Amino acid sequence: MLDLAIMLAVLVCSFIIGYLLISRVPPLLHTPLMSMTNAVSAVTVIGALLLFAVETTGLEKALGVFALITATFNLVGGFTITDRMLRLFRSDEHHQ
Amino acid sequence: MTTTLALLVDLAAIVLLIAGISMFRAPQRARLGNLVAALALTVAVVLVLRRHNVTGLPLVLTGVAAGTILGWIVAVRVTMIQIPAMIAFQHGAGGVAAFLIAFVELTRSAGALTPVTRFSGILGLAIGAATFSASMVASGKLAAKLRSAPVSLRFHNGWLWLCAAFIVGAGIALLLEPASGAPAYAAGIIIVAAAAGILFSIRVGGADMPVLISFLNATAGLAAAFCGVTLENRLLIAFGAVVAASGSVLTLVMCRAMNRDLLKVFAGFTPAAAPAGAAPEHHEPKSPGVPPEDPFLAAVDALKEAESVIIVPGYGMALAKAQFKVVELAGLLERQGKQVRFAIHPVAGRMPGHMHVLLAEADLDYEQIFDMADINGDFASTDAVLVVGACDVVNPAAMTVEGCPISGMPILLAHEAKRVIVCNLDSRPGYSGVENPLYESEKAVLLWGDASDSVSQLVTRVGGEA
Repeated sequence: MLDLAIMLAVLVCSFIIGYLLISRVPPLLHTPLMSMTNAVSAVTVIGALLLFAVETTGLEKALGVFALITATFNLVGGFTITDRMLRLFRSDEHHQ
Repeated sequence: MTTTLALLVDLAAIVLLIAGISMFRAPQRARLGNLVAALALTVAVVLVLRRHNVTGLPLVLTGVAAGTILGWIVAVRVTMIQIPAMIAFQHGAGGVAAFLIAFVELTRSAGALTPVTRFSGILGLAIGAATFSASMVASGKLAAKLRSAPVSLRFHNGWLWLCAAFIVGAGIALLLEPASGAPAYAAGIIIVAAAAGILFSIRVGGADMPVLISFLNATAGLAAAFCGVTLENRLLIAFGAVVAASGSVLTLVMCRAMNRDLLKVFAGFTPAAAPAGAAPEHHEPKSPGVPPEDPFLAAVDALKEAESVIIVPGYGMALAKAQFKVVELAGLLERQGKQVRFAIHPVAGRMPGHMHVLLAEADLDYEQIFDMADINGDFASTDAVLVVGACDVVNPAAMTVEGCPISGMPILLAHEAKRVIVCNLDSRPGYSGVENPLYESEKAVLLWGDASDSVSQLVTRVGGEA
């Protein structure tokens, strides 16, 4: 029961903090923001790894590996694209 | 597992993620923020590997390597013009991972799940599958592989309700009768939720894409968070919830910028009816209020006489890949001593911030880009506005006409400037179907045709005769 309470608290708090922080991101960075949070949603890679933490059947292994591939694709792709995008943003006033 | 130390370590990883996101408040630090967020995710993965005995390492590593290589290859090859379609595709990949995880958990550890974690798994399953299919449709529309016009079937809402009823029914069955038939119920939910995702997204048209793509951002995070509850993993919950929050913020910002509520956007969009009997011929380039012999001459004169210029880009600039020419023209005008600024409407383009990325690609200094609220007061004192591939976001009908699809939508006040040069493909109304009275105005100089060509001509003639 305590675990459940902690999980719900984590869910609600993370949502609220995320909401407050992201409300302050300027439109200039909305695309990179979405691209970055998209990469963060690849945190499902943790879930895919956890599938392998107990005994697995052949089918479960196959599905698990597929989940791993899509999640890491999302993770690596997302952060790399975001970085490429952010490298494009420049300002003469802020570049020394 | 739930020792205080473990909790603190988890909190540290979450704080790291939040620190990364908070760096997105200013462009100078955003790149570092991205790296910090990536680090937070790496920490989360390492923690899971340390705490749990992950078996079948060769297989796991193969999967990770394959995903990494694929992700990296695609990420370095994608061009900025493909970014919206790519991001939608990745939302879909997130959805796939979520529903696969939920499927495996629901069908195997039938006894181990509590009602709450099982319920959460069912939500992860349905939301993940719907996110996947809806994202594929969105990605197809954004890549112009599917027609971007909204598609409404007969009984569209009826079909959606039917899908929802099936998911609820199968979900209850899965909740009450976990032992027998779990794989069948779970697979059924995946299939029907995927169908619902398609029904849901085909009805959203091109210019409403910023809302859809933001919404899918949120649901991908939500699906991850629900998987986290099923697996009782705090990090997965927290990271997923932060993403869900981010997508929700962007969804609301986009809706507000169109003065439409979310349900109306997703209920499908009916463009303003064309005047009775209006055939496509009706939209042949028509002459403006005062037809100049050569509109380019008038446009070049207006730009040369102007001391202050505001450029308003829209999706048409992206389509025509005109951003490079536009930035070249801006540089040219600036060197002639004029004040040149860019005004960007929040929903210009096909995703939040789309125009900013394209202009950054064309090497524009972001200090020259202004948001609607910051620049709208300046249009009245501006000599010339150059509209490139935008229509609805500068359509004064939003303010003057009651009851049309864009009534009440905040617009950029381009019509208040002394001259307005419009570089659009043709005189057809924008996505909303509402005729733009700006085109009839005496202030307007209309340059129909490919925006890249039109702006190139302006560059040549403004530069050549300077």
